[in-house]
Formats: sequence, C-alpha cells, structure tokens
Amino acid sequence: MNWDVLLDFSPLADNGDKLLTAFWATIRISLTVAVLSLLIGTLITAMRVSPIRVLRIAGGFYVNTLRNTPLTLVLLFCSLGLSDTLKFKISGTSTVNFFWLAVIGMSFYTAAFIAESLRAGINTVPMGQAEAARAIGLTFTQSLRMVIMPQAFRAVVAPLGSVMIAMIKNTTVVLVASYYEAASLMKDMFEQYGATLPIFIGFAVGFMCLTLPTGFFFGWLAKRMQVAR
Amino acid sequence: MSTVTETKPAPRRAEKPQASVLFDAPGPKARLRHNILTLVAAVAILGIVYVVLARLDKEGQLDGKLWKPFLKGSTWTDFILPGIGGTLKAAFAGAVLALLFGVLFGLGRLSEHRWIRVPAAAVVEFFRAIPLLILIFFVFSGPATIATALNREFPEVSAFAALVIALMLYNGSVLAEIFRAGINSVPRGQSEAAYVIGLRKSGVMRLILIPQATTAMMPAIVSQLVVLLKDSALGWIIGYEDLLNTGYRLIPAQYSNLIPAAIVIALIYIAMNLAISYLATWLEKRSRRSRKTSAKTLGTGLSGEVIPAP
Repeated sequence: MNWDVLLDFSPLADNGDKLLTAFWATIRISLTVAVLSLLIGTLITAMRVSPIRVLRIAGGFYVNTLRNTPLTLVLLFCSLGLSDTLKFKISGTSTVNFFWLAVIGMSFYTAAFIAESLRAGINTVPMGQAEAARAIGLTFTQSLRMVIMPQAFRAVVAPLGSVMIAMIKNTTVVLVASYYEAASLMKDMFEQYGATLPIFIGFAVGFMCLTLPTGFFFGWLAKRMQVAR
Repeated sequence: MSTVTETKPAPRRAEKPQASVLFDAPGPKARLRHNILTLVAAVAILGIVYVVLARLDKEGQLDGKLWKPFLKGSTWTDFILPGIGGTLKAAFAGAVLALLFGVLFGLGRLSEHRWIRVPAAAVVEFFRAIPLLILIFFVFSGPATIATALNREFPEVSAFAALVIALMLYNGSVLAEIFRAGINSVPRGQSEAAYVIGLRKSGVMRLILIPQATTAMMPAIVSQLVVLLKDSALGWIIGYEDLLNTGYRLIPAQYSNLIPAAIVIALIYIAMNLAISYLATWLEKRSRRSRKTSAKTLGTGLSGEVIPAP
C-alpha cells in the first residue's frame, strides 16, 4: 500500500513558485476581464434601455447570443477562429497575444451576464421614483444621477457579485485558448505526479481563496447598501 | 373642468412611445432626435456588420464550398446529430443526478441535526466555490491513480462518466442552494399551522413545504439546467464526443471550415438553450399567477436571490 497519493503534499510545496505564478496569471486575467466586461456590459445595458429601438434590438441580440453559447466555444473561436483562421493578431509575442484573445473572449461572454443584471437593477426602481423626479423638475441627467442610478446600483451589487465569482471560476476555461493559468498548471502536475488528492485539494483551496472573499465582499456590500423601501 | 368627463380613447397612433423609468414619453422634439439617432445607430451597426463580413471575405470564409457541407445530409447524420445526442445524453444524465443531489443536500442543510447540517453545508459550499473544470480533471483521472496506488483494481473512468459526475456535483450544489431558498421562501405560518394540526416533521415537509416550494423554485431550477447544458461543452477538454467535439473538431478537420462550423454549432446551442429558457419564463409567469403557493416565486435568476452562474 502506498498512502502517498492521499497524503503527500510535497508536490505542492516543491512547486510553490510555479503555483504562485499560475495563480497570479489567474488573478491578472480575472481583474482585466472584470474591468473590460463591466465597460462592455454597461454599454450594452445603455443600448438595451435606450429609447431607440434599433439599439435595443441590437443589445438584446448580443445578450441572447453570448448568454446561450458555451464559453468553451467562445474561447475556442477566439483562439482557433480569430487568431489562426482570420489572422487577427493583437501582439507579435505569442503569450501576450493569447492573453488578450482569452481576455476578449471572456469579457464579451461575461459582459452579456453583467448587462442582464444591470438591466434587472434598473427595472427594480419603481416608476413612481422617476415620475416624482420629473415632477419636481429634474432634468434627465439629474434624475439619472440623483434618483435612479443610486437605487439601481444598490440593487445590482449582489447579482454582480455572483457574476464576478462565476467569472473567476470560468477563467479556468481559458485553457482552451492556450493561456497558462492555474487549471493548466494542475493539468500538468496531474501528468507529472499522477492525479493525487493533495494536488486537487491544493488547487481547490487556491480557488476558494479567490472566490470566497469575493463572495463575502459583495455580500457585505449588498447588505450595507440595501435600499430600505 | 367638470369632474365627469367622457374621455373618448384618443385615436392611437401607430406605436405610441411609452414612458419608461429612464425616459419620459417623447415629445415632438425628442421624437425627431430619436429618429436621427436611429439612423446614426443603424448606420453604425451596419458598418460593424460590414467590417466583419469584409474580414471574413478577405480570408475566404464566405466561399460556398466551406458552407456546403452543412447542406449535405451526411454531415448531419454523421456528425451533428450524434453530437447533439452526446450533449443531450450528458446533460440529461447530469440534470437528473444533479436534481437528486440537490434535493438530498438541500434537505440536509435544512436538517435540525447539527451533524447532518454542517457536513452538508461544507460539501455544498466546497463544490460551489471551485471551478467545474478542475473538478472534471480530478474526477476523470483521480480515481485511477488512487486505486493503483492502493493496489486495487479500478475500472477506468470514461469521459462521459467524469463529465456527468462533475456536472452532478457542481450543479447539484447550486440546486441544493436553490432548493433551500425555495423551502425558506414558504412563509413561516405555513409550517407552524401544519405543526398545529398535528403533522410530524416529515409530514410538514412532504405535504406542506415541498409542494409549495416546488412551484416557487421551478423557474430557477430550469434556468440552472440551461447552465448545465452549456457546461456540458467542457467535455471537449477531456475528449467527450459532444456537439462541440463533433461539430468543431471533426467537421473542420474534414472540410477545414472552422468559422462556418463555429457559427452553425453556436446556432444549435443557442436554439437548445432558448427553448429551455422559454420553458423557464413560461413556468415563472404561470407560477406567479398561481394561487396554489404562498411562496414568492424565485426568479429565473435575475430578480431572485439565487442566481444561476454564467
């Protein structure tokens, strides 16, 4: 009997620096995607709530397309389709290129979910609030800035948090877009040492260190900012 | 103004714009502005479409010969339909097992015994917090390694089994949370009244709470199933023969039509998911109308507190 596969944590200790690099890659891609997808998501939301019908239709089309396509397909399309077939290059260096291709795929995908939660947030603001704002003579920007946005933002915090957590977990899928991060390292370590329990636990804990604090932070923020109605 | 005025309904103009939370009903000036913006937006969108098409054309991706395979019957019978079959098989098996797992652990978390509640919570929180992909990797190759090391024979885990088990553990944990939220959304008075008329714990759960909670959480469950169907595409990474694999690996390998294949496969996935989503919305509408439950309907994810992860 060889109990090492259940108890031997040394592969993790031996590869400490590699682990840190891989998780740093995960954190880096998560942060970039978070910023970019928030920007794209806000833009799409603006389109979807605008009074212009063409924009509303285009926004709805975007969200429904991206939301119902598997992320694996989106990322494979970025790596094989955009980069190899359509010769769409962002940078000459291959690692930088793959990083940005993965970021593009993840951001466009995540933006669809962000747009949905932002729109749901705007819809939670009661019509009476907007009517009252107009009645006391606030202009469009004023009512948006002082009445609608503060309330919509509060309602959006919790759903946005779950989108962010899911996004961090989804960064593992960038494996198919050839960007090296934590899941790719785990795959390599499984090939090198065999798929042992300690390695899996190590990576699981690593990801929990990223997702759980994010969850607590958004939970705390949502509670703090809850609208009293 | 007299108080009793017969207001005739004004003759409706075609498509009278309604006021929304953000925008008041437009007057003549705003309507003109909107028309101009509509024109600008349409031009911009057409411009984007043109750029994309021009790029595709430049790389020769619009050639008829790349699209022709999708008009042949053999492409569908040899690749796409078996692929859809593989995806649906994995998704269906995963869904059934995940529902069982969800009910079991959702009830476990509601248990009054600490020694059931705490382990159930730990399992659910663990599988919810880790990425599905590393779970798939471990379920795929972990058991064999461990069995060999312990000098035991262990049958190789097939890609199908690994995918289904991982889908069960992850989505089952999410469903357990939905289930718990569903039971908790039934007003307290319901279970109190049930205890008062002399029902036991199991009776309260079986006769009062579960029937009401099921109606309330059905939409949330169905939208989680969309997530499950999409996640089944991760089977590509461990080489499971699903729609993504047959459509995006095997077809392009034969006809080298990667871009057309991606578009067709994406359309099929979108159609499947939209069909499930419509079911979810329909169920949500129906259950909001229904008076059979006193629980507040958990939304399809965006209005309720349980949100299906992307």
